[in-house]
Amino acid sequence: MGKQSTDVSINKPLGNKKPKKSKLYKKESRAALIFILSPVVGYLIFTLYPFLYSIYASFTTWNGLGFQEWNGLGNYVSLLTDDYFHKSLFNTLYMMIGIPIGLILSLLLAMGLNRRIPGTTTFRVIYYVPVISSLAAISVLWQWAYNGDYGLVNQFLGYLGIDGPNWLQNKNTVKPALVIMTIWKGLGMSMLLYLAALQSVPKMYYEAADLDGANAFQRFRHITWPMVKPVTFFLVITNIIGGAQMFTEINIMTPTGGPEYSSATVVFYIWQKAFTNLQMGYASAMSVVLGLIIFIVTLIQFRLNDKSSFEM
Amino acid sequence: MSQKKTTRIANIFIFIALCIGAVAMIAPLIWMLSTSVKQRTDVFALPPVWIPENFNWGKYLEIWEAGPLLSGIQNSLIISLSVCIVGTFTSSLAAFAFAKLRLAFKNVIFLLLLSAMMIPYPSLMIPQFSMFSSMGWVDTLLPLIVPPIFGNIVMVFFLRQYLINVPNSIIEAAKIDGCSFFGMFTKIIFPLIRPAVAAQLILWFMGVWNDYLAPIIYLSSPEKLTIQLVIANFNATYAIQTDYPLIMAASVIALLPMLIVFLVFQKQIIESIAITGVKG
Repeated sequence: MGKQSTDVSINKPLGNKKPKKSKLYKKESRAALIFILSPVVGYLIFTLYPFLYSIYASFTTWNGLGFQEWNGLGNYVSLLTDDYFHKSLFNTLYMMIGIPIGLILSLLLAMGLNRRIPGTTTFRVIYYVPVISSLAAISVLWQWAYNGDYGLVNQFLGYLGIDGPNWLQNKNTVKPALVIMTIWKGLGMSMLLYLAALQSVPKMYYEAADLDGANAFQRFRHITWPMVKPVTFFLVITNIIGGAQMFTEINIMTPTGGPEYSSATVVFYIWQKAFTNLQMGYASAMSVVLGLIIFIVTLIQFRLNDKSSFEM
Repeated sequence: MSQKKTTRIANIFIFIALCIGAVAMIAPLIWMLSTSVKQRTDVFALPPVWIPENFNWGKYLEIWEAGPLLSGIQNSLIISLSVCIVGTFTSSLAAFAFAKLRLAFKNVIFLLLLSAMMIPYPSLMIPQFSMFSSMGWVDTLLPLIVPPIFGNIVMVFFLRQYLINVPNSIIEAAKIDGCSFFGMFTKIIFPLIRPAVAAQLILWFMGVWNDYLAPIIYLSSPEKLTIQLVIANFNATYAIQTDYPLIMAASVIALLPMLIVFLVFQKQIIESIAITGVKG
């Protein structure tokens, strides 16, 4: 359209066409190289090198003070029989049940807020406040709220005639307690993204469905759900990546990893091993496993997403 | 007509549900505020007192003496501001190059950088720590500032997406005028991407301000701690003495800066986050 075919190379499209090595091109490439240098150098020093070193260190006994001895697969073999590791892995997975619950709740909220209802802006702000609040302060607050005798949660349950447990000191309730808090904290974020997606759905889709006599469930199943699918996908991925790295809540609310280590997450265990026990080689092996798990889960998600979009 | 009526009834029920939800969202925060102004005996009153009879604002004076709260805020500000200001500059410059300039293999390089998003921080933190400890940077703010100022790949990604939709002709015109590439960035590109930059900046600032894992690894002396660590230490120290009003007062102070920023800019923040998410 706007491309004039003169022989001046600068008027060529800047995209994928094979560039002519003109003087300007060289100048431009040099500038581009300088501009991207900073992130590239940062990537090499602070991501790639530590990442490769993590993998190397996972095959050694390393106490962090320089003493390092090749250990082969020793660390990984120990992981297979390390009950604490298994427990922390299980806890991490367990606490991810908050992800689907949170997504369903936030989609419902978003659908509610997408209607003609007074005060939607106020609702949005209120639901979003926990998201912007610092996780450390929120953890402190909820630790107090879960206090068995005087905590907010049990006082509320008391109104309903339920005698609440001492949430964080009980191995059966500590994980659900953390899940509830995580949902509370993240609800506003997912809600906001869902709401943005809902608002971008063309109204005529619903009007057409009405003409065809579709009921509310059918409208949801065949219009709303497919239209918010990209957001669901995005949220599932980011929530899993974030959930796999849960640490702050655990560190503050159950500093020892909870009763019988029942709230310790993988990152909490890695942190303990690396920086308290100085078993950095062993901790590196765990961090490699964690990275691998996250990678595989993300890959599966991408696969599933591809498949389901074909079906649509 | 009847459909209109059912819609209205449905709306009333949804409104009530949303109100209940809103109360559940806000109640813990109100309770935190109310605890912070209670007398110690009121804290353990049963049934609970939501609005104490006499407000005790004393804890808000006491907290500054009870722990390194002020230096915590200072340190957090130093880290977040330097990271976000320098990092935004390096990131947007790189995004400009990746989106608009010609460079061999630039897409391969970009994909490599993008792969960094897949690697969780816990997989990097141990070698990073030993690296910084051999440089003698442990217990300084430097390990928290230096890596991110090289650029944030998430920000590069979103700004590049944003810039790709900008027609090339703007840059070509600048080239004909003999504008330098850096001049192009400062005069044309940066003003253009400012809304996208603002959105990313806010998210990034919140992330750095609220970070906990990296600071807890590196910082140990009381005067070096960030605000988040100070709060956690308050909690650990004063919970034994059951001085909950003090802990809650400190937590309120920790929440307040972000809360104010949010309430002032809530429209922009909510819009920008919605945009980011939809594009992502």
